[in-house]
Order: sequence, then C-alpha cells, then structure tokens
Amino acid sequence: MIHQYQLNGFNIVLDVNSGSVHCVDDVAYDIIRLFCAAMDRHREEGSSAAGEYDLVTAADREEITARILDRYPDLTEEDVREVFGDLDELQRQARLFSEDLFAPHPELLEPRKPYVKALCLHVAHTCNLNCSYCFASQGNFHGERAVMTEETARAALDFLVRESGSHHNLDVDFFGGEPLMNWDVVKETVRYGRELEKEYGKNIRFTLTTNGVGLNDEIIDFANREMHNVVLSLDGRKEVHDRFRRTINDQGSYDMIVPKFQRLVEKRTGSGAREDRTEYYMRGTYTHCNPDFTADIRHMADLGFDQLSMEPVVTDPSDPLALTEEDLPLLYEQYEELADWMIRRREEGRPVTFYHYMLDLEGGPCIYKRIAGCGAGTEYYAVTPWGDLYPCHQFVGEEEFKMGDIWKGVSADALQKEFGRNNIYAHAECADCWAKLYCSGGCAANAYHGTGSISGVYEYGCKLFRKRMECAIMMKVAEAMKDAE
Amino acid sequence: KRITTINTKNMKESILKDGCGECQTSCCIANQKCEKTK
Repeated sequence: MIHQYQLNGFNIVLDVNSGSVHCVDDVAYDIIRLFCAAMDRHREEGSSAAGEYDLVTAADREEITARILDRYPDLTEEDVREVFGDLDELQRQARLFSEDLFAPHPELLEPRKPYVKALCLHVAHTCNLNCSYCFASQGNFHGERAVMTEETARAALDFLVRESGSHHNLDVDFFGGEPLMNWDVVKETVRYGRELEKEYGKNIRFTLTTNGVGLNDEIIDFANREMHNVVLSLDGRKEVHDRFRRTINDQGSYDMIVPKFQRLVEKRTGSGAREDRTEYYMRGTYTHCNPDFTADIRHMADLGFDQLSMEPVVTDPSDPLALTEEDLPLLYEQYEELADWMIRRREEGRPVTFYHYMLDLEGGPCIYKRIAGCGAGTEYYAVTPWGDLYPCHQFVGEEEFKMGDIWKGVSADALQKEFGRNNIYAHAECADCWAKLYCSGGCAANAYHGTGSISGVYEYGCKLFRKRMECAIMMKVAEAMKDAE
Repeated sequence: KRITTINTKNMKESILKDGCGECQTSCCIANQKCEKTK
C-alpha cells in the first residue's frame, strides 16, 4: 500500500507496510501514481501475481512511459527507464510497494496474557474549576463528589505491583477531577510507591494532570522532584481559555494559573533541574469556538512554554462546542500552518515540540504496540475514589464498563477479552487506511462515545489523525532535506 | 535526486522486537518512545 501526497513543496511517498518515507520529484511522483493505478486496475479485474508489484505488466510500463513523455517533453525514454530501475530496486529492498510484513505472523493477533502496567488514579472526583466542556462533568463523572483515601491509594499500588508480572516500568497518573484537591494522598501514594519500588524491583513513573489552581511552591517542588511528567491544562489565549475554564464563582482562571505554570516550568527545566524530570506538557483543548487553534499554540510558546499539546474536543455532535464537518478545511489548514511554524522555529534555534507531531521513523513502537494500541482494559485501568476499575478514565461513570476492583482484581473477563481483541484487525474500516500502523485503531472511548461500540471507528478523529500524520511526516522530510543540503 | 529515502531503517525492524511492554501507555501511538531503541 502506498500513500502519496504533496505538502509544503514536498512530494512525499509513504510505503505503508514498511514505514519507509521517500521524497521524490514530480516525475517519480507521477510514475508511482501511475504504477498504483495500474495495480488497482488489475486487482479489480481479478488478476493475481506473486506480489502486488508484479501486477504491473510490460505493457503497463510502455503505457506509463508514453504518458510521462507526453507530460514531460524534455524527458527521454532512458530517463523514464532510470526511474523504473530505481523503483524496482526499492521494491527489491522492501522499501516501496512492499508486501504486508505482518500477515505471516498470526501470533501477533492473539491477545497475550494481560499484565497491568499503568493506572490512572482518580484521587479526587471533585474540582475547583467548573469547565463547561469537561468530559468528567466538572470532576464528579456524573456521580457523587469524593476523594480517594490513603488506604485505597495504597491498595491500588499493591494491585498494580501484584498484577504487573515481570514488567519493570510501571506508570501511575494522578488524575481527577483535580488531584491537587487531595494533595496529602498524592504525597503518601508517592512515598508508598517508592517503598514498593525497592521491595519489588520496579520503576514507578508518576505523572500529574492538573488545572494549576492549587499550585504553590511546595507542590511545585514536590512535582518537579517526583513526577516523571506533569500535564498542565491551558487552552491558549486568555479569551479562549477563560471561555470555558471558569472558577466556581464564574471567573476566568487564566490570570490565576499562568504565572503558576510558568514558575513550575521554569523550576522544572531551568538550571539545577533534574535531567530526568524535564518532561511536561501544556495541554489544551480546542472546540468549534476556536478552530484557529494554532494561534493558541503560538500563544503558549510566547508565554515561554515549549512542550505543547492541543486536542480536539470530543463531545456529542449536538453540543454547540462540537467540531463540525464545515470546520475540517480550516482545521487541516491550521495543522499545516502549525507544522510550517514549527519548522521555522527549529531553523531559528527555538524549537518547540507538539505531542502529535512527535514521530520516530526509525525507532518507533514495536509491532505489538502498533497493533494493540493504548492498552485500555487490558494493561491500563482507571481507579475510582472507591477502588473500582474501569478500562480508562474516559469510561469512568459508565456502569457497564466497571471491570472489578483493586482488592479482588479484574472480574469482567469477557470485557477484558473484548478490549484485548480490539486491535486494528478488528476494525474493518481500518483495513485500507494508510495510517493504521500509526494510530493503532484509535481510541476505544472515542469510538464508544461516537458509535456506541468500542470496536467502532470515530471517523472525524480519523480525519484529523491522518492530517496530523501527514504533517508530522512532512516535518521529518523537511528536516532530512535541509540536512542533506 | 529523483528519489530520496528519508529513513534508513523502517518498520520491518520493529517486528523483531518482542513487545516487551516497558513503554508508557499513550494516554491517543506513533509518538511513543520504545524503551529499547530510544
């Protein structure tokens, strides 16, 4: 399978099965397009061959040569044959028109025995903000307000270590609601986790997701010492942020939290900071009200932040905040503008990272990860303040997805198996998608809320994901071509 | 050049890794770091 597109002045060809990325000139771009068209035609006619590439006949090559010479009068037949030779060589190396590498490995499709390696600890089902777009219904997840006790938090870590098998690296995110509203329990959980690390030879990576309202120097210093990552909620420009992220007294929160975030990041990344504690993310949400979200990302950079994430809101289509089909052209344009801006920042020596443009073409995730996705419901669980287990934070409050509790473990075996089988091969819609090995079938929660089934496909999210991947790959091409100059 | 290949390795190598599970869960895959290759 080939995906080819033109972006930012580059002709880009992705060989989907191998992950190889090629930057080509107009002639090669057109020849590859004509090769693909010939293959499609023969496939529709029912022709078969040892491999897809062999479907292209000598007669096809003659016809393609004639069409290329007609379009590019300055070329000779020898020039075209040279390109054919390059394509033949790349195909021989399995870097272009490569066959599905993974189909001969059925063991990849079998769900493996799930070991738990990550928990999202809902230490507080309450919040000191009243954000109107919150999927957690202002922190209480459509239920009672509550905070997790120390005993429950310790039992959650016991469950994690007990169910983790031989996994060395374990992840625990403090989440809510607003976790800073139960700060003493957060501190005690970290202290207990460090004990367990020594006792069982584990490495627990704690992370914290916060709205920033409760931050002070004591909390900042603790977070910068103990948290592997901190996720800081900021939507961007003041008027955008304050539109939805409001206090209980209906005041905007921007002026209150931005100086606190700046202080946290300055202490986290400045001189004397721990080298293994520099990771953080400014994490925003954009909605139908600010489809020009690149301005919000640039605003974050203007505030001095350089590790940025901005997510499209996922909500009921009838919600006025919901993104619409009419928004898509502008959103695509915004992602392209963001990529272009990031390239220029990098060339100026002021790089920023954007979560969805982080792409490692040479050392990315293994095929198991690419097929299985995020691990929700198998190796990743959310824990409520009462110790109940859910597949992830986005399922909390949906009673039919309760999977057990931290004392007795996972009891919903059928549901666990359903999540285990929910890989990219479970989505018929993904079979012909060029991006399937980059998104792993997407988010089960988004699929459930968008289609009513965890094995459904949230098509709007797919469209945005494919655009982001095109931009991320283009940035890699731009970087490589700049280095080659 | 008419064709410049950007990545010298490709996904084929990833099948050789054993799915050790030591990476972070994404929370969403392409931007995941592999503990064995980073």
